[in-house]
Amino acid sequence: MSRITCECGHVNPEGTVLCEACGKPFEENQHLNDNKPEQLLNMRYDGSARRSQTYQRTVIDKVWNFFSSVKIGVSIIILIVVASAVGTVFPQEMYLPPGSDPTTHYEEQYGMLGQIYYQLGFHNLYSSWWYLLLLAMLGVSIVIASIDRFIPLYKTLKKQKPKRHVNFMKKQRIFGETNSADIDYTKLKKNLKSKRYKVFEEDGHLLAEKNRFSRWGPYVNHIGLITVLIGSMLRFVPAMYMDEFLWVREGETKEIAGTEGEYYIENEDFILETYDAESESNSQFQESLQNQANPVPENYQTNAIIYKRTDLPIVPGKEPELEKVREAQAKVNHPIQLENGITLYQASYQLNEFQSMSFKLHDKGDEDTNYGEFTVDLTEPQDEYTLEDGTVIRIDRYYPEFELDDGVPKQVSKFPRNPAFIFEVTRPGEETEVSFAGIGVNIDATGENDYKVGLVDFGVRDVTGLTVKKDYTLPIIAVGAAIFMIGVIQGMYWNHRRIWIQPKESGAWVAGHTNKNWFALKKDIDLTLEGTGIESPVDQQEEKDKRERRKDDGISTD
Amino acid sequence: MSEKTVNKKKKRLLFRTVLLLIMLSLITFAVVSALQGDNETVAVGETAPNFSLKKFGSDETVELKDFRGKGVMINFWATYCEPCKDEMPYMEELYPEYKEKGIEILAVNLDTTDIVVRQFMEEYQLTFPILQDKDGQVMNLYGIKPIPATFFINPDGTVEEKVIGPLTLSKLEGHLQDIAPSS
Repeated sequence: MSRITCECGHVNPEGTVLCEACGKPFEENQHLNDNKPEQLLNMRYDGSARRSQTYQRTVIDKVWNFFSSVKIGVSIIILIVVASAVGTVFPQEMYLPPGSDPTTHYEEQYGMLGQIYYQLGFHNLYSSWWYLLLLAMLGVSIVIASIDRFIPLYKTLKKQKPKRHVNFMKKQRIFGETNSADIDYTKLKKNLKSKRYKVFEEDGHLLAEKNRFSRWGPYVNHIGLITVLIGSMLRFVPAMYMDEFLWVREGETKEIAGTEGEYYIENEDFILETYDAESESNSQFQESLQNQANPVPENYQTNAIIYKRTDLPIVPGKEPELEKVREAQAKVNHPIQLENGITLYQASYQLNEFQSMSFKLHDKGDEDTNYGEFTVDLTEPQDEYTLEDGTVIRIDRYYPEFELDDGVPKQVSKFPRNPAFIFEVTRPGEETEVSFAGIGVNIDATGENDYKVGLVDFGVRDVTGLTVKKDYTLPIIAVGAAIFMIGVIQGMYWNHRRIWIQPKESGAWVAGHTNKNWFALKKDIDLTLEGTGIESPVDQQEEKDKRERRKDDGISTD
Repeated sequence: MSEKTVNKKKKRLLFRTVLLLIMLSLITFAVVSALQGDNETVAVGETAPNFSLKKFGSDETVELKDFRGKGVMINFWATYCEPCKDEMPYMEELYPEYKEKGIEILAVNLDTTDIVVRQFMEEYQLTFPILQDKDGQVMNLYGIKPIPATFFINPDGTVEEKVIGPLTLSKLEGHLQDIAPSS
């Protein structure tokens, strides 16, 4: 637990690998960067002291150090990737066919594996608590690991001095010694500046540096990631994000979901237009249109009226008093925007739902006879219909959507998808007859009827499906993504390059370091050294690799 | 150790603690809201949300909060729901007795056409009030998915019990006894 005082006089924090000022490798800490004697220096984080490697006092420190580890971070990422992949093996719960029961569906469809899948909660993976926890841990890991590396690196680069320790110089990858009394330092400095290096000087020792900011790229990038994570987390706040679905029949007025009953929408008309292949204006599509067996839709549109509720406070279920706000059209890509940030998107439709049915009463054996017609409004059928000749037709039973269950009609939903009626027909002075009529069915209950209630026509209406959305998190996510990209660009397109030059009695030493693109650094060095009397340094890594390759090939140079 | 070092370490610990706490609270918030999103229904013990619905066959509207002091059974049903047909006679059977004891039955109907409800009421001879929720607003408010679904509300307005699926006569009677006002 002690600070390290270097021979150059600089006091370094505990755990420092290379002196912040002069770069001297501290022997006792070389293992932290896996440095070995006789090898080049590992310049990771510039040899700065990562506090996490040395502080182990309180629980807080232990938690901190856990998340600071890159190994832990990578492990979390691997876990997330594996879990996400497993989540795609069987369908997620929300994509099961409507009406299926997840408790049995997985086992029935996929057997044992399906059952295990369901039991372990993979059927709802992406909103399960442990998946969210993994994502959260990744977020924490990113924050802590970044702080733990950025701050020491920033401080070290700020405190670095031009005068470097002998061992630092010698153990740089780019290093060269020149024995010459005739060295032109003025020209050297001029050359460095013309290559846009910042030149620092201390007792004749030079440090030329450029593009230090590119070292911050990864940290900027992580700020972007965190912003995206926070943005997506805000989707849990109802005030920030909402995603609902609304079916509205033509002529119907419905509460807009998510507005707390404040707004209502009336569907005046749903329009589905298809491309007319004959039309002049579509001549450019003619060929493709002719290749299609079915008409190609051109426009899906809901003509709607938006209402605002005026009887406040709102009591759910109470008949609302509505005030028209405006008329609006929802088309694909042209949604209706409400004042409170809610947007209605044209998302789906159902055509031709039955709205009314017209019947005529005629003799059972002769369809050409006509004792009168009547029309039943399927949304609100009357109890009785009286024909002109005084015949009373009473609806004994109405089935909006009927199915035959063992020969007995049964109602399965409230929507008029397959409407049917039991009529009691009473002609003046005659006995009451019972008949059953629907779409494509007409049953004489007793078999002794004289009359038949025949379907002559039906009216239909369309249903529009609207997505009701509110999303204030998108701008935050977009900003996060932009920051992310800035970070990537910053770290990718610029390289942090440093060149050290030390005057020696017999000549001069040169060393160089960069975080990437060594070729360009060497080119920079060669160009700046031109005409200064200093020889080009060598790439010690490359030399070593070459020697090793030769050894492998069995060629001896000695 | 110099005083400066000690101070620095104290500051560092404080910084780490604060940051970890902030992140922990954010995570807790996210996980809790994610888990709540699935079942945002009315839970047992909570106050039953107020609503106002038209009573079938009249112009009268019924508001839940007017029943404070009485036990209330809210039953969500529809004419096309087969199990509802089984439990309706039980409700009808017990209604007169428990109305005496200060319990009201509100049967919230989810059909859209009046005629089917009227025919159903005639067939089953129902005498307790039927409320109409044609738009399903109250159904959404109570987070009802499968029907029948029944809520038993205490005289103080809190939910005593919630039953998804049909009730038997004895179960129904037991729940009604639970919400009877003590007098």
